[in-house]
Amino acid sequence: MDEPFAWLTIAVAAVVTYMWRGLGVALAGRVAPDSKVLEWVTCVAYALLAGLVARMILVPVGPLAEVALWMRLAAIAACVGCYLAFGRRLLPGVLAGAVTLAGLAAIFGL
Amino acid sequence: MTQPPDSPAPPTPADDPAARRGGVRALRQGVVDALGAPALLLFASYLGFGSLVHGAELSLFAGIASTIATFALPGQIVAVELYATGATLTGIALAVALTNVRLLPMTLALLPRFGKAPRWQLYALAHVIAVTGWVQAMTVLHRMPMADRVPYYAGFAAVLMSSTLAGTVFGFLASDVVPAALSLGLIMVNPIYFLLMLSRNLAVPAHAWAMGFGVVLGPSLHLLSPDWGLLATGLIAGTAGFVIGRRPLRNRNG
Repeated sequence: MDEPFAWLTIAVAAVVTYMWRGLGVALAGRVAPDSKVLEWVTCVAYALLAGLVARMILVPVGPLAEVALWMRLAAIAACVGCYLAFGRRLLPGVLAGAVTLAGLAAIFGL
Repeated sequence: MTQPPDSPAPPTPADDPAARRGGVRALRQGVVDALGAPALLLFASYLGFGSLVHGAELSLFAGIASTIATFALPGQIVAVELYATGATLTGIALAVALTNVRLLPMTLALLPRFGKAPRWQLYALAHVIAVTGWVQAMTVLHRMPMADRVPYYAGFAAVLMSSTLAGTVFGFLASDVVPAALSLGLIMVNPIYFLLMLSRNLAVPAHAWAMGFGVVLGPSLHLLSPDWGLLATGLIAGTAGFVIGRRPLRNRNG
């Protein structure tokens, strides 16, 4: 039911992901985990993830695009607020953000 | 990630009955430790992934395959998001590779803790190295007898894998059943979970700069090029953060 490109996407994502883990096993003990190249590569990974998160919230693709921007931002505020209020525990923060967005979407419509 | 590797284990014959009983006990301990917060959090975040898969008009089986074969949420989300935006396969491969490249230093740091375990076990265990299990392993493994470590991690990871699969399936199926507003809440779990996870790494200046630039460039470069925007964001913002963040660090270390 998926087009072949969807399966190709999943297969390629899996292969390039295991590539790093396998390489890690092969190179363990020979490359220092804190070398300069790996440090740079870690920075790139963090930047990419942060960019993705910002993009998903500000310029969403798919169903989230139907929700007004202020609702998404309110959900973020609730999430961060609860996360900090509950001593930096992830679950309360994630729960508060999700419930806020669902609540606002239910009350004010999509 | 900078602790010295452990000293090699005394050889433990696999056919020694006492060692085997110990292995079962260690595996059970891994299962017990994973049940609770780690399994619950992963379940919640994969609920979001399941609804994202649904929202991208992929099938449930595609979502399950992605979770089993990739088992690293950020890369899975990047793949599905880029698929939904209509990116090319090369673009997707590069972005997923860059997203998950952190698995290389993570594996390099964790592997010495398994000592002289057989290579095939290490290559199999490597597949289930992801943030949650890695943090746990780095925290507890060095306090265990060497022979217990592989079974312990296998038990821990088996629970995590089960909860990610359950999350993927429930998240996908729930999208069809629950009200639209609630399924939007589920999809929102992904960005906010990562937002919080990322915020925990702000202590390293280079990482903080990289993420700061990433937040600015991510949306803007996406508008310029949906296909290559994310990749360019990682490379530009990451390199900038690396360069800026290095200098203060070096000064502090003398």
